[in-house]
Amino acid sequence: MKKNLKYNLIWLAIMIAGYIIINVLEFAGIMGQFAETTLVLIGINIILATGLNLIIGFSGQFSLGHAGFMAIGAYVCALITTAIPNALGMLLGLIAGAVFSGVVALVVGIPTLRLNGDYLAIATMGVAEIIRIILNNLKITNGPAGLYNIPMLATWPVVYLLVCITTIIIVNFIHSRDGRAVMSVREDEIAAESMGVNITKWKVIAFVVGAATAAIGGALHANYIQTIAPTDFGIMESINILIIVVLGGIGSITGTFVAAVVLGLLDMILQNFGTLRMVLYSLALILIMVFKPSGLLGTWELSIRRLFTRKSKTKGDA
Amino acid sequence: MSLLDVKDLTKNFGGLTAVSGVTMHLEDNELVALIGPNGAGKTTLFNLLTGVIPPSEGTVSLQTDQGLQVLNKKKPYQVAQAGLARTFQNIRLFKDLSVLDNVLIAMTAKHKESFVSSILRLPSYYKKEVEMREEAIELLKIFDMQDKLDNLARNLPYGEQRRLEIVRALATKPKILFLDEPAAGMNPEETADLTRLIRQIQNEFHITVLLIEHDMSLVMNVAERIYVLEYGQLIAEGTPAEIQKNERVIKAYLGGES
Repeated sequence: MKKNLKYNLIWLAIMIAGYIIINVLEFAGIMGQFAETTLVLIGINIILATGLNLIIGFSGQFSLGHAGFMAIGAYVCALITTAIPNALGMLLGLIAGAVFSGVVALVVGIPTLRLNGDYLAIATMGVAEIIRIILNNLKITNGPAGLYNIPMLATWPVVYLLVCITTIIIVNFIHSRDGRAVMSVREDEIAAESMGVNITKWKVIAFVVGAATAAIGGALHANYIQTIAPTDFGIMESINILIIVVLGGIGSITGTFVAAVVLGLLDMILQNFGTLRMVLYSLALILIMVFKPSGLLGTWELSIRRLFTRKSKTKGDA
Repeated sequence: MSLLDVKDLTKNFGGLTAVSGVTMHLEDNELVALIGPNGAGKTTLFNLLTGVIPPSEGTVSLQTDQGLQVLNKKKPYQVAQAGLARTFQNIRLFKDLSVLDNVLIAMTAKHKESFVSSILRLPSYYKKEVEMREEAIELLKIFDMQDKLDNLARNLPYGEQRRLEIVRALATKPKILFLDEPAAGMNPEETADLTRLIRQIQNEFHITVLLIEHDMSLVMNVAERIYVLEYGQLIAEGTPAEIQKNERVIKAYLGGES
């Protein structure tokens, strides 16, 4: 019991240390505005991709509709923070966006999650497209022009905090009994069902949690970039998130982190190459896929507990 | 009152009647075998009993602590929770998960946990987790697999994969265990081991076992009662000695003029 507390405290210490390091770098002037923007965008991508990894990597349901749920979070939060431009508004916006997106996921998830593989991918793509078209035609969302002058409330400490919170929720969910039930659905639906696992329920829960996470990512995006339009949430955005998941390793949250950081830095460095940028970016993706088809980390996860037990084992041998 | 009562169970696939009017019963702590030539409908009957496919006609009812439960309209997971567990003819393990996780998943339905306590990692979460782990290891010990907890299921040798499937089914704490050709692909030595194991399961866990098997040495050795299925219909029922002498059974297996 005490050991578990120790491991959790170590994780907490890592999170706080990360915060302090970034603060110091910024204070010392090593990190400028440009680097900070990169950092925030990486953080938002981590949030979006961990949610998608839960759906694709752990429950095994191939979704191409992540941008749709991201759009819901972005618009709901943008509307609320425009009305209440302070921290309370941001909090309300995040919660309302996540809940709204979760409800939509629940409603579309129950019928569509009966489908498998490619069929589900196309159905979820359709859902995202419907959401985008609705946003394009509503008065409250200002149609194709979108929303602008959204208050800048997603500062990097806010993003950092939310990266930590969503990661803790998703990782703890995956490593719980519920998470095991979700993974059994991915492994073999028929076997899972004959072991008493209600597969429809777990598929829908994973989908809803993933969609709520996407909404949080979307909300932060809206309040950082300050303008959003329906075209921001098209199929390409879903694919960008998917790339992070696949590149990091389907079924590895650590991999998602690594891939988001690597791609974010790559994007930043390639800014200097002008028009060649997208070519080099795509080339990097192809090379990684050729040499590491299971993603950068496969299904490997960083575990403090394992690190410690290995250390004590080697000590015992010596 | 029998533990499991099956009445006039019928399944039509389009024009084909795979299982036709099967009436059978299973008693408490009994070891029953279901045999029949290839294509007789044995696996279809298993799938009907465990809810994987719904029957066209007939009823399956289970005697539970809450009284008689009709199982035919239930989903497979509800049937499993009611106390029917099974293994599969073509092994269906959770291949990319560890041996321990395979067993723990089967225990999930009996160990509910609130979403909040597992997300916040409350002490109750860890306590339950330790309990479940110990229970799973205890179970794996009986099958001599306690050294392989962290192996991926896909990396186990064939015989152990079959055994793990049985452990996983037992972890759901079933009243009735359905074994679909547990000895398929095993050599005589492994089959002898399995025979011993099946007897041990029946005695130690005090459960009813229904098994489909082609290996007659295994069937005649362990079964207390045998049902014979041919073309979807039950053609005989009795003790191994009776079945061996039954003319219809001999004809079904060896062919011949009627």
